Amino acid sequence: MGETKSSPLLEVRDLRASVGGVEILKGVNLQVWPGELHAIMGPNGSGKSTLANVLAGNPAFVVTAGEALFQGENFLIMRPEERARRGFFLSFQHPIEIPGVRLDNFLRSGMNAVRKSRGLGSVDVLQFNRMLREKAQAVEIDATLLARAVNEGFSGGEKKRMEILQMAVFEPMLAVLDEPDSGLDVDALRIVAEGINRLRRSESATIVITHYQRILNYVVPDKVRVFVGGRIVQSGGKELALEVEAHGYDRFEEAAKAPPASV
Amino acid sequence: MARQTVTPEAQKERYLRAFDSLELNGATQDPSWVRALRKAAIARFKELGFPTTRRGNEEWKYTDVRPVAEAAFQILVPSAPARLGASEVERFTFGEAGWPRLVFVDGVYIGGLSSVPALSGGVRVLSLAKAMAMQDGLVEQHLGRYADYESNAFTALNTAFIHDGAFVHIPDGAILGEPIHLLFLYTAGDQEPVSHPRVLIVAGERSQATVVESHGGLSEGRYFANVVSEIVVGAGATLRYRKVQRQSDPAFHITTTQVALDRDGTFSSMNVDIGGGLVRNNLNLLMGGEGCSCTLDGVYLITGAQHVDNQVIIDHAKPYTTSRELYKGILGGRARSVFHGSIIVRKDARKVNAYQVDKNLLLSNEAEADTKPAFWIYCDDVKCGHGAACGQLDEKMLFYLRSRGIDEEEARKILIRAFVTEVIDSVKDEPLHAYIDELAMAKLQSM
Repeated sequence: MGETKSSPLLEVRDLRASVGGVEILKGVNLQVWPGELHAIMGPNGSGKSTLANVLAGNPAFVVTAGEALFQGENFLIMRPEERARRGFFLSFQHPIEIPGVRLDNFLRSGMNAVRKSRGLGSVDVLQFNRMLREKAQAVEIDATLLARAVNEGFSGGEKKRMEILQMAVFEPMLAVLDEPDSGLDVDALRIVAEGINRLRRSESATIVITHYQRILNYVVPDKVRVFVGGRIVQSGGKELALEVEAHGYDRFEEAAKAPPASV
Repeated sequence: MARQTVTPEAQKERYLRAFDSLELNGATQDPSWVRALRKAAIARFKELGFPTTRRGNEEWKYTDVRPVAEAAFQILVPSAPARLGASEVERFTFGEAGWPRLVFVDGVYIGGLSSVPALSGGVRVLSLAKAMAMQDGLVEQHLGRYADYESNAFTALNTAFIHDGAFVHIPDGAILGEPIHLLFLYTAGDQEPVSHPRVLIVAGERSQATVVESHGGLSEGRYFANVVSEIVVGAGATLRYRKVQRQSDPAFHITTTQVALDRDGTFSSMNVDIGGGLVRNNLNLLMGGEGCSCTLDGVYLITGAQHVDNQVIIDHAKPYTTSRELYKGILGGRARSVFHGSIIVRKDARKVNAYQVDKNLLLSNEAEADTKPAFWIYCDDVKCGHGAACGQLDEKMLFYLRSRGIDEEEARKILIRAFVTEVIDSVKDEPLHAYIDELAMAKLQSM
């Protein structure tokens, strides 16, 4: 335990990334330690989702500078599937619909790929499906959805809960949840938040990316980062979220426009 | 190997001479109405000749049949059937024990390889040659009445050389549990044979049946299969028609399926193209009775230099008729596909509902898919639409799968498979569904 505590799970240094030649991430620095829950808060278009996607290895984004170490290893050179196999998980802001691919089969393929990379044998279909049904119950997902095509025709709330279910299946070391709260009513928000809390472990960590403070009433962060203009402009404890809620992002946006103080 | 070729004009002469020699030798004992039909058809073929891709000939614009017109085929196939062992037939069957099965080699019925158990309800499944020889009134009533030999040269050719094939009769009210399998096999060696299999299916009022028509090449040689199927769906009848094509890579496969539906009739089809070098499927439906409906599905999985052209024409002649088409193709190599879907709605055909979709997945930069929907609507009170898509695998879907630990190659396989599963799963009969699924997956593996 002491050993894992001695180094961060994730260390991001001056990370810059662009899409279509436009720089979106403009030097992100971040350390996440085991057991922590971080909230990254920022306005629309600030680059929060880009950070999540770059960490997950989405080939649509090009990293132009900086580095990211995950459990001490260079994360950015790994393929997306390798990152997942090492315990990284992204809960998508907009989960993709995949017609013709059954959700249970898809998750079992993913699980088996992860197990294989760790030298473990394939999981038995019946055993896997039983586990999946149990975990689905915890996030109040109807078992019939599990045999349907991935996210196809699911409501917004079902899609978000499905992402939490997937997180429960993979039990990641680091989960980045990209706006798990957007578009949810109060009941769905509670289910999602309970799911996040239930999955917290002392050796793993969670980053919740959000625009609003609302979900932080249910999920209590250890650290709050305000993300504006492609970088973190302020860090603090949970009280920082309340400040954002009270005053909005205007003050931080002003600060972001100002030239970075020379160091 | 340099292949002998002939000019299309000389080819036409060869067919005309072959027709004359058939008339002189052996065809004389056929019923007079069959001989009259053949004569009318050869006369039309003489005038039509082979279609060309010249400007203005929309129907053949994307499919050049010159190779068919120019190949020095063996036009008259000896009537003595090739000797085939049951094991050679086996790979074209799918464990359908108990299903009535007729087997044909180069268009000729082979009794020894066929099996037709006693069927209830008066259902008849037999060779067309036999049915014609028995002076079957139903055959005379229907054969050649639907497939248009006036304007389609290949139908004219098939009709001129009608000699064998399958005749299926489902009497009024009969419900057949087991699908009927019509298996057409083709040989090729030093000789490159031509055959003209003919199918006639008459489904009586309120009857229900499933017919599988499959075509397979026994060798990797070249040949020309020119198939015409006529299907009559009586009032309130349901006919499920599945066509599985596994011809040899260099084979020419040209088919016309002509379907006439009566009031409240239901027709569903599944057209699977796996093999063949140059493939053209004409599927024509006459929605000839109020309330009749059709569901037409198709899958083509092609690679190398394969060319597959599906032309579907639905003629909504009556009110309250519905049609739905879903064709999907996966293309690799330099493969080329054409989907030409025409929907006609006649003047008084109110409340017609017609929708067609063609989607293609291109696995290589050199593959090409052409989709051409056409609507001829002469009535205001209708709902018609079409959709088309052509492209590569969706990058967002790929990333989503990979983000859960699935490697890129496996993720591609999953998505490619999913693309065709939607269509293949519309076939419910087992073991046919499993067979088609297996064929499709084996083909995808090789692409």
